[in-house]
Parts: sequence; C-alpha cells; structure tokens
Amino acid sequence: MKMVVKKNKYVCLLSMLAFLIILAAVFAPLLTGGVDPAASVLKDALKAPSAEHIFGTDKLGRDVFVRVIYGARISLSAAFLVVFLIFVLGTVLGVVAGYFGGWTDAVLMRTADMMVSFPGMVFAMAIAGILGPSIRNAVIAVALVSWTKYARLARSLVLKIRNRDYVAAAVVTGSKSSYILTTYMIPNVIPTMIVTAATDIGGMMLELAGLSFLGFGAKAPNPEWGLMLNEGRPFMQSAPWMMIGPGAAIFVVVVVFNLLGDALRDVLDVREE
Amino acid sequence: MFDEKEMILEAKHVTRRFLTSGGRELTACRDINLKLYKGKTLGLIGESGCGKSTFLRFLVRLDIPTEGEILFRGKDLTKQKGEELRQLRRHIQMVFQDPGGSLNPKMKIRDIICEPLINFGQIKTSEKDEAARRLLETVELPGEVADRFAHTLSGGQQQRIAIARAIALEPELIIMDEATSALDVSVQKSIIKLIVKLQQEKKMAIAFIAHDLGLIQAFAHQIAVMYLGSIVEILPGKDVEKAQHPYTRMLLSAVFDPKMDFSKKIERMDGEIPSPLDVPPGCPFQTRCRHCVERCRQTRPALAEWRPGHKVACHIFGKQGKA
Amino acid sequence: MLEIKNMTVSYQGCPIVKNFTMSLKEREIVSLVGESGAGKSTVIRAVMGLLAEGGRITAGDILFEGKSLLKNTPDQWRRLRGTHISMIFQDSGAMLHPIRKIGSVFVEYIRTHEKISKKEAWEKGMEMLERMRLPDGGNIMHAYPFQLSGGMRQRVGIAMAMTFHPKLLLADEPTSALDVTTQAQIVRQMMELKDEYDTSIMIVTHNLGVAAYMSDQIVVMKDGEILDSGTREDILGENRNAYTRKLLEAVPSLGGERYV
Repeated sequence: MKMVVKKNKYVCLLSMLAFLIILAAVFAPLLTGGVDPAASVLKDALKAPSAEHIFGTDKLGRDVFVRVIYGARISLSAAFLVVFLIFVLGTVLGVVAGYFGGWTDAVLMRTADMMVSFPGMVFAMAIAGILGPSIRNAVIAVALVSWTKYARLARSLVLKIRNRDYVAAAVVTGSKSSYILTTYMIPNVIPTMIVTAATDIGGMMLELAGLSFLGFGAKAPNPEWGLMLNEGRPFMQSAPWMMIGPGAAIFVVVVVFNLLGDALRDVLDVREE
Repeated sequence: MFDEKEMILEAKHVTRRFLTSGGRELTACRDINLKLYKGKTLGLIGESGCGKSTFLRFLVRLDIPTEGEILFRGKDLTKQKGEELRQLRRHIQMVFQDPGGSLNPKMKIRDIICEPLINFGQIKTSEKDEAARRLLETVELPGEVADRFAHTLSGGQQQRIAIARAIALEPELIIMDEATSALDVSVQKSIIKLIVKLQQEKKMAIAFIAHDLGLIQAFAHQIAVMYLGSIVEILPGKDVEKAQHPYTRMLLSAVFDPKMDFSKKIERMDGEIPSPLDVPPGCPFQTRCRHCVERCRQTRPALAEWRPGHKVACHIFGKQGKA
Repeated sequence: MLEIKNMTVSYQGCPIVKNFTMSLKEREIVSLVGESGAGKSTVIRAVMGLLAEGGRITAGDILFEGKSLLKNTPDQWRRLRGTHISMIFQDSGAMLHPIRKIGSVFVEYIRTHEKISKKEAWEKGMEMLERMRLPDGGNIMHAYPFQLSGGMRQRVGIAMAMTFHPKLLLADEPTSALDVTTQAQIVRQMMELKDEYDTSIMIVTHNLGVAAYMSDQIVVMKDGEILDSGTREDILGENRNAYTRKLLEAVPSLGGERYV
C-alpha cells in the first residue's frame, strides 16, 4: 500500500481533492450550518462578501456560499450520471459494432456520424428545448449528443485487437461470441474508457452548467452553478460576487477532475503492451 | 500410398476471390483440390502472397471461400453456422505463425491452454490446475509455467503453449501456419520433433504452411506447392528431389544448406512475380520460367498425374512418363 | 581492414557483448551467426557507431583501416557512413521514408555525400538500381516504398548502400524477412557486388546455410560471447564446438534427416 501511494503521489493527491469535493456535496447541510439554500432574506439582498456571508448574497438575499455548496450536489450528480450513461451505452454499442461489424456497425456508426456533424452544444440545446427545461432533461440531452464519442472509441479499440491472432485462436478453440466479448474485448477497452470518462467529468459539468446558464437546464430556485451564473449576469457590475462564487466552483472542480483523469491515464498505463 | 478410407478432409474446387477497392478482382485461391489423411502431414509451400494462408483459414473457418466445398466428416464446412459450427471446431485446431501474437497477453498460461476444454465443458474450473499440468507435460514444459504470462516466455516456449492449446481437445486435424518461421533454427528443430512425436501418438492430421522446402520435406508426407493461388505440384514428401515443376525446382535450388556444394552458382532469376491482380492467361509461372513456350502463354496447364501420388501442372514437365 | 579488439558493449551497465575480437580482410565476407539474443546485431551496430540509446563500448577498440572508430567526432562519422562503411537492415523498407518517393530519398542521400546536381544524382541512382537488376529503375524511383515488394525494397536498400562503393558493407539479417527465392537472389547479388567493388561484408544471419554459402569466415556467438570462429571449412568441419554442431544439425537439409 505504501508503495502504491509513493508511486502515485500525484493521483493520490488529486483523488483526495476530488473526494473532498464529493464529501462537501454529501455533507452540504453540515458544512453550511443547516442554512437552507433557498431561504431568502430580502433585507440582506446583494450584500458583498463579509464574515457572515463569505461569498456574499444574491438578489434574493440567499447566501451564495451555501448555494455553491449545495450546487455541488446537483452538478456532481448530474455530471456523474451523464458520464455513467454514455460510458455504459457507448462501450456496449461500440464493442458490439466493432466486433460483429456488418450492418450493426454500419447503422451505429452512420448514426454516430450524423451526431458529429452537428455542433454538440447546439444539438443538446435543441433536445433540451424540446424536452423542456429541467436538470433531468439536460442530462438526457447531453448524454444523447455525447455517447457517440464513447462508441467510436470503444469500437476503434475493439477493431485494434479484433484481428489479432489470439482472438482468432479463441474462435478456433470454440469460444462463444459472448465469451469473447466479455473476456477479450471488454477488458481491453475498459482502461482507456475509464480514463476518458474521468477526463470527461469536468467537460460534462461545463456542458450541463452551460445548458442551465442558457435556460435549458436546472430551473430556479435550484442552486445549480450554471443557473447561478445566469442569475448573477444582470448584476455583473454591481454585485460581481454572485458570479465569482459559482464560477470559481466550476473552475476548481473541472480542473481537479481533468487533472485526475490525466493522472489516471499514467497509472492505468493505457498503452500498447 | 494414402488409404482413401483414412481421408478426413477434402477440399473441392475451392476458389476465393476478393474485390479490390478499385473494383478489380483478385483471385487468392483458384480451384484448389486437396485431401488430408489421418495421421499424415500435408506441407503447403509457396512464397508470401501465394494464397496458402488464405486457403488454410478456410479449413478452420476463419474465412469462407467464394466457391467450392470443404468436406469434413461428410459435412461441408463452408455451410456450417452457429452451434453446429462450434461443435465442429473441436476437431480442427490451429497453431499460428507469431507465437506471441496468438496468446492473449492478459491471460495466464493456465487459462490460455484450458480455454478450449472449458469452452466445450470437458473440465470444470476446479480441474484447471490438473489439466494445465498434463498439457504442459505433453509439450515438455514444466508445470510452473502455468502461472506465468505469455510475454515472460521465449518464442519457443510460447509456440509450445500454442501447440498445447491446439491439442487440448484432441483434434483430428491441426493447421499450422508457418508455426516455426519466427523461431531460431535450433528451436525450430525441437518444435518440429515435438509435433512429429505428438502426431505419432495421437494420429492427427496436420496441414503445415512453410516457405522453406528444406524444412517441410523433413516431416511432410505430402507436399503441395502453390504459386499465385494455384497448386502447381503435389508430391510425396520423401520424393521432393524428384520434383518436376520448374517452380518447385526453383524453390529447391534456393535452399541453403551447410552440406551443399558451395561452388554451385545461384542461378539468376529474372522476371518478377506478376501482381495477383494481373495473372496472365495460361501458366501462372510463365513470367519466371526458362522453359516457357507459346503454349504456356495460351492455356493454363491442368494438374495431372505424373506418377502415382505425384501431380504436376506443367505443359513441359507434367507429361506422363517423361522424366 | 577492420579489426575489432576485445570489444565489450554494455547497455545500462550490463554487458551484452563480451570481449569480442575479430578481423576482416579486404574482399572477405564474415558471418556472425547464433540464436536471437546472442548479441550479433549489437556487434555490427557498434561498428557503425549506431548503438541504441544507453549502449556504450566499455572496453576494447574498433580499428577501421588502422584508425580507431571510437574517437570519431559526429562530423567524421558522417563522412565515413555511407561512403566508406554502409549498412543494410532486415527491412530496408522501414528505413525508407514512408511518404516520400524512393527517387527523392535516393537523390537526397546521394547529394549529402557528393556535391552534384539533382539530375546527376537521379541518374546515378537509376544506374545503381539497374545494377541491382531492378527492372525499370524509373518506375521505382517514382514509387513509394509500400508499392514495392519486400525483395525489391531490399534491393533498393542495397543499391543505396553500394552507391559510393563502400569498403565495408554491414548487413543485419538482410534476407530473413524474404522468401527463399528472393533470399537466394539477394545473396547472389551481394556476392557479385563484393567482386565488383572489392567490398568486405560483415553479415549477421541466423541462417547457417546462407552463412556457409557466402562466408570466408564464420563467427558463432552465444550470450554475447564468441563460442567458435574460423574459416568456413573449419567451422563446418568435424571436430567443432558442441554448440556449433548443434546449430549446424538443426538446419534442415535436402536429403538429410527426415522425422517421419
């Protein structure tokens, strides 16, 4: 264990940070001393940061710090959910397409091509717009436009080993297709996919925040970071802290998860043997 | 010399054409007829790109010919599908050219060699240790190899593992695609000896691809020479020096051997192998053959019996009774 | 002409070739034979000054025409390589630039060693290709490496290596990736070149048949050490080292031992 820690100091540090962020989200009530993020005290509206409200307050007098901490719950869980969905969907479809080829592959990959030919964000906005603004629909929208990347990646990883002699050998020795998929293809694909997913958490968070900012995601009074940025926009001159709090939160969390993804790449050693 | 009752596999008029990206047709195998016999080795020889590997891949159903049939136990392999095909696989196994590449780098040797047995439910997971030890013993490797990964073994050891996996199901036929060409000569010799020993014990048929006639004649009962997708000569392994076809003779003269006469000059061979896309009409070998006459450019010579067990496809040297 | 004296080559402190001694006269061919991992290629790479990263000659000396190669500056090496000593590899195709035409690589190669015009260099290249009996040199000059067969690429590699009539040609498994018929042709051409240009050849091969056919001298290596060396007749003769015999016996020979 000591050895592992020593060798992967960087990953350990970043995992710890990521863990702290998650803890903050989980124990949000404890951290904020039980203040309700939706509780508005109108007389305290638009207060600058002070000892009482370290990130200041918004136009309804809600504490920005409390809202940022609670916002981590929504942003993190939504981002994790998106990544999980596209990870599973993309991996399964990509592996199947890559291994069996033929029309399965053709249909899947042409669909994927179609998805790529739209700017992802615009497409996601369209979907979210049709489904109606809510955090759930934002998750669906982002997942729908992002799964193709995972499917393509999984497919290309499968194609790389598909024609290896050892896979042919497995076929000749009478292995069933399901067995080859689960013991040969999936384990080969997983490490790279995990690294991609870890690096994507930050990106997904940004997209979700972006959708909320544009009004296609979380709805008021939910403390979602993107939405909070939007709410702070009219007061950018007079009360910039309304944007600084959630902006800094997005920045820190995205950086931590991106760095963690990169560090994981080195540890999981996603290279050719 | 071969008992027809012992025949286990027959390829009839097997042809494989590929369509290239330019829409042209490439014939990788042209009307191949071959028979494999129980306990006997067929050596398939030819230069790279002559279609020999393509042909052998049909026998293990990693590919399907465009035309023709491959009869194994009366069933046409080219028409089998699904579970029925999987059941047939147990009788036909394969050893690949690149020993490292044919072993999953992420699996332990034990799991690799027991995989066929597990696939067909012949052993339980709990019996793996025992089965692995037994298989390793047959290929003369120590039992502790079972716990290692393929990349920690030498090329010769890896090929022994591949052989162990191929014989695990006690197949009737093993296909070997240049199984020793990636190995050092001394290792090659020990692997060939092992293969021959196993064949004598288990009476399996072997189809062995090689490009070295010197090697193949040492252990093949029957040799088939392929050139540009066609079989140009079939002869008994022990009679390799009686080869008739000019191409086989050319292969013979290209064998370097420490016991040869070093003052012998290597003959100059001009003329390139034509591209498989532009095989000329007539004899495929005409562009490199010094005996080529007008007839060779016009009509393709058929594979005709020259002596019992010896067929030649040549207008000049293939005639009966002509030495 | 070439003398290697007690040379030891180490990679990261670990000796790969130990105490290697050999001398080569003009117009002689010497083969280094042995199993993979014996250090054969390391020896000729050391002579060419092309040891892989981390490799160093830790003892001994290499004399080429009486002068030590070890003290060469990069500039001296540049003048030596290609003109006095050249090398061909197992797959010369891998050395050729994959997305440039043979002609352009060849011309550039000639012009780095000789101050001549592009046109003259082109003609010189064509002439060399024709000497290697490559049909239709012009076509080859205009082709990309992947359009040629392995045998043709190898001939292009040899043509380039022989352009400046080097005194010493180093060949690292030049035929082992080729078909037997092509191998025979390459062997024949290398021997012709030796006669034509008075070039000495040092060839690494695991094919004892080829080694025996070509060589005046044979050096048998195992685990970085010379186990046996001598003239071809010596090595092939009876009372040799057990390892040499084992290697020789492993070569399948026509009309030799049959296992069935």
